[in-house]
Amino acid sequence: MSACLEVRVRGIGFWAPRLPDWQTACAVLAGRAEPEAVARSRPTPALLAPTERRRAPDTVSIALEAASRACEAAGVDPVSLPSVFACTHGDGAINDYLCGTLASNPLLCSPTRFHNSVHNAAAGYWTIGTGCVKPSTALTAGSETFAAGLLEAIVQALADETPVLYVAYDAAMPGPVGEVSPSAGMIASALVVEPLKGHGPGVRPAGVGRCLRARVAPGAQAMPEASVSPGSIPHAWFAALPANSMRQCLPLLALLASDAEGRMQMQLNQGCVLEVDIEEVTTHG
Amino acid sequence: MKPLAVTAFTTTTAVGQGNAALIGALMAERSGLRPNDFTQHPLETFIGRVANVEAVRLPSHLAPWDCRNNRLALLGLESDGFIAAVEAARHRYGADRIALVIGTSTSSIGATEEAYARLTPEGHFPDDLCRPEVHTPHSLGVFLSRALDLRGPCVTVSTACSSSAKVFAQAERLLRLGIADAAIVGGVDTLCGSVLFGFNSLELVSKEPCRPFDPTRNGISLGEAAGFALLEREGAADSDAWLIGHGESSDAHHMSSPHPEGLGAELALRDALARAQRAPEAVDYINLHGTGSQKNDEVEGALIARVFPVSPATSATTHAAPALAAPALAASSTKGFTGHTLGAAGIVEAVICLLAMKHGFRPGTLNARSIDPDCGPHVRLHGEHAPVRVAVNESFGFGGNNCVLVFADRAAP
Repeated sequence: MSACLEVRVRGIGFWAPRLPDWQTACAVLAGRAEPEAVARSRPTPALLAPTERRRAPDTVSIALEAASRACEAAGVDPVSLPSVFACTHGDGAINDYLCGTLASNPLLCSPTRFHNSVHNAAAGYWTIGTGCVKPSTALTAGSETFAAGLLEAIVQALADETPVLYVAYDAAMPGPVGEVSPSAGMIASALVVEPLKGHGPGVRPAGVGRCLRARVAPGAQAMPEASVSPGSIPHAWFAALPANSMRQCLPLLALLASDAEGRMQMQLNQGCVLEVDIEEVTTHG
Repeated sequence: MKPLAVTAFTTTTAVGQGNAALIGALMAERSGLRPNDFTQHPLETFIGRVANVEAVRLPSHLAPWDCRNNRLALLGLESDGFIAAVEAARHRYGADRIALVIGTSTSSIGATEEAYARLTPEGHFPDDLCRPEVHTPHSLGVFLSRALDLRGPCVTVSTACSSSAKVFAQAERLLRLGIADAAIVGGVDTLCGSVLFGFNSLELVSKEPCRPFDPTRNGISLGEAAGFALLEREGAADSDAWLIGHGESSDAHHMSSPHPEGLGAELALRDALARAQRAPEAVDYINLHGTGSQKNDEVEGALIARVFPVSPATSATTHAAPALAAPALAASSTKGFTGHTLGAAGIVEAVICLLAMKHGFRPGTLNARSIDPDCGPHVRLHGEHAPVRVAVNESFGFGGNNCVLVFADRAAP
C-alpha cells in the first residue's frame, strides 16, 4: 500500500444539462431542489474568443465551464495553476466527423477540427484562454479515467507543493462509433486541490475544508464491467444525469456534497484501487 | 530532483526493430522514410512506416485489442530484452507496485477509421470491428497492462506530440511519492488517415522527405513508432543511464502553432535543467523537436542559440574542419531518419539520447543540405563520435504543450 496522500479540496465546479452548477447539484442531492426541467444546451465559456465559442467542441465548452467555476469557488487565479484534464473518449463528435470524412473524401478534412481532435484540446484552450503557462496534461484510463486523473492531480499537488486544477469530463459519442463505444449527454466536474500540509506559493496555510486522504492499494483482481455501478450514484443525481462516461466522478462528488465523512474505492487497474477517505479538517497555519 | 535509473529501454521505428537498428541507421545516415504507400486515397508525401506490423499476431487473450497500434506496441516490446526486464521487475517489486504510464496521440483511431470505411449498408460497424476495446484512446494502456500482466496504476497520456515525453515526468512523481517502485513509460503511435490528411489540411506535410533546419525546409514527414523504458529508483538499480530532470509548460498562445518567441519551450527547458541541477554548459547533445516545419525550427533554433552559450569549440566545428570537434554542444533533429512519430516522438528521441550516451555518438540532421543560419550555431548537419555525458530531449505538441527531459550517464552531477 502506498503512502497516504493528503489534499484539501479548495473549490468544486460542475456542469451537466439539468444540473448546471455545483450549488444546484448539491441542492438536488440534499432534496432541497429539483433538477432543471429543461436540459440546457452546452455552456459558452467567456474564456473563449467569440469565434471560438461557436466552433469549440462540446468537450472543450463543458471542461472550461467547470474549470472556471472551480477556480472561482477556490478563489484562485487560474494563471497560477498546473492542470490535469481527464476525458474517457476524447471528443466523439469530432472523431465521428473525421472518420466519416476520411471514408468519403479525405482531402476535405477540416484543419480546425483536426487540431481540435487532440485529446489535450480542452487543456490547450484553457491555457490559451487564461494565459496560463504552467504545465498542463491530458489523460485517459477508460472506465478508470476519473480515478487516474484524480491521482495525477493529487500527486502533482504534493510533488510540487502547489494547488492543482483537475477537470474530468465527457460528451456524447454520436454516430456509428457511439453504438460500439457509447456515451450520452455531457458531464463535467472540476476540483482545485492543494496540499494539506505545505507552505508552497498559493497554498492556503489554515482554515476549514474538505480533505481527501488517498492511497493506492491492491484491490479486486477482476475489473468490474464498469467501475461505477448505478447503485453507487445517489438516485437524485442518477435520474437527472445522462448515461455519460464521466458518471465515474459522481460517487466521490456525492461524498463531497454531503457533510458526511466517508470512504470509497475506485478501480485504477486490474488488481489496484485508489482508496479515498473524505473528512472535515481544520488546519492551523 | 533525485535521478531515476533507466534500467531497460527499446524502440522500434521505420529504420527497424530495436535499438541496434536505430543506432546503426543514425551512424550510417540511413533514412527510414519512403514514398507514401499507406493511404488508399493518394497523398504525395514521405512516411516512416514500420515494416511487418501487418504480420504481427496477438495472442488469443489479447485478441479483442487487435489493431495496428497495438500490433506495433507488441512488436516494440519484443526487442532488447525489454519483456525479460519487466518480468524481473515484477518479481522484485510485485505487479501492483509497477506503474504503467504510456503516451499516444491517436492510439487505435485507425481501427475506428477502418470501421467507418467498411460500414454495413445499414450504417453500423462491421462485426469484426464491433470491439469497444479499440474504439477508445485508453486501448493502448489496457493492452500493454494485459500484455505485461501489470497490476499497478495504468494511464494513457495524450498531449499530442509531447505525450511520451510527459510520461517520464508523471512516472518520476509516482516514484518520488512512493506510489510505485518502478514504472514502465513509453509511447506508441501508428500512421492513420486522421494524421496524414489532418496535417495535410494544415499545410504542414512536405511532399519530399522532411529536412529539418534546412533553409528550404517545407514541412514534416509523418512516421510511426513504439518505444518503452523501465524506470527505477537510485539505489535499487545500477545503471549508466539516468533520467535527471524534466520540465513541462504551456505556451498559452495557439492550438497549432508555437509561441513566436518560444516562451513555453524556454520555461520547460530551464525547469528541466534546474531539476537536473545542470548548467547549460554541461549539456553535450540536444535532440531537438525539429519537425521540419518553417515555424517550429525557427523558434526552436532561436531558443537553443539563446539558452546555450557558444564555446570556441562550437564555432570551430561550425565554420572550420570537423576534425577540430571538441565535446562542445551538438544539437540535431532525427526526424529525417524516423519521420515525426507524434505521440511516440518523446520516447523515440529519449532513446536516441540514451543511445548517444551509450555509444558516444551524436547524430546529425538527416536530409538537410545545409543548416539555416537563423537556427543558430549548435545544429549539426552530420553525426560524430564524441562522448555524451548529458543529453537533452525536447518535445512540443499542439495546444502549446511542452516537455523537456534531461538524461545523464551517471546520477551525481
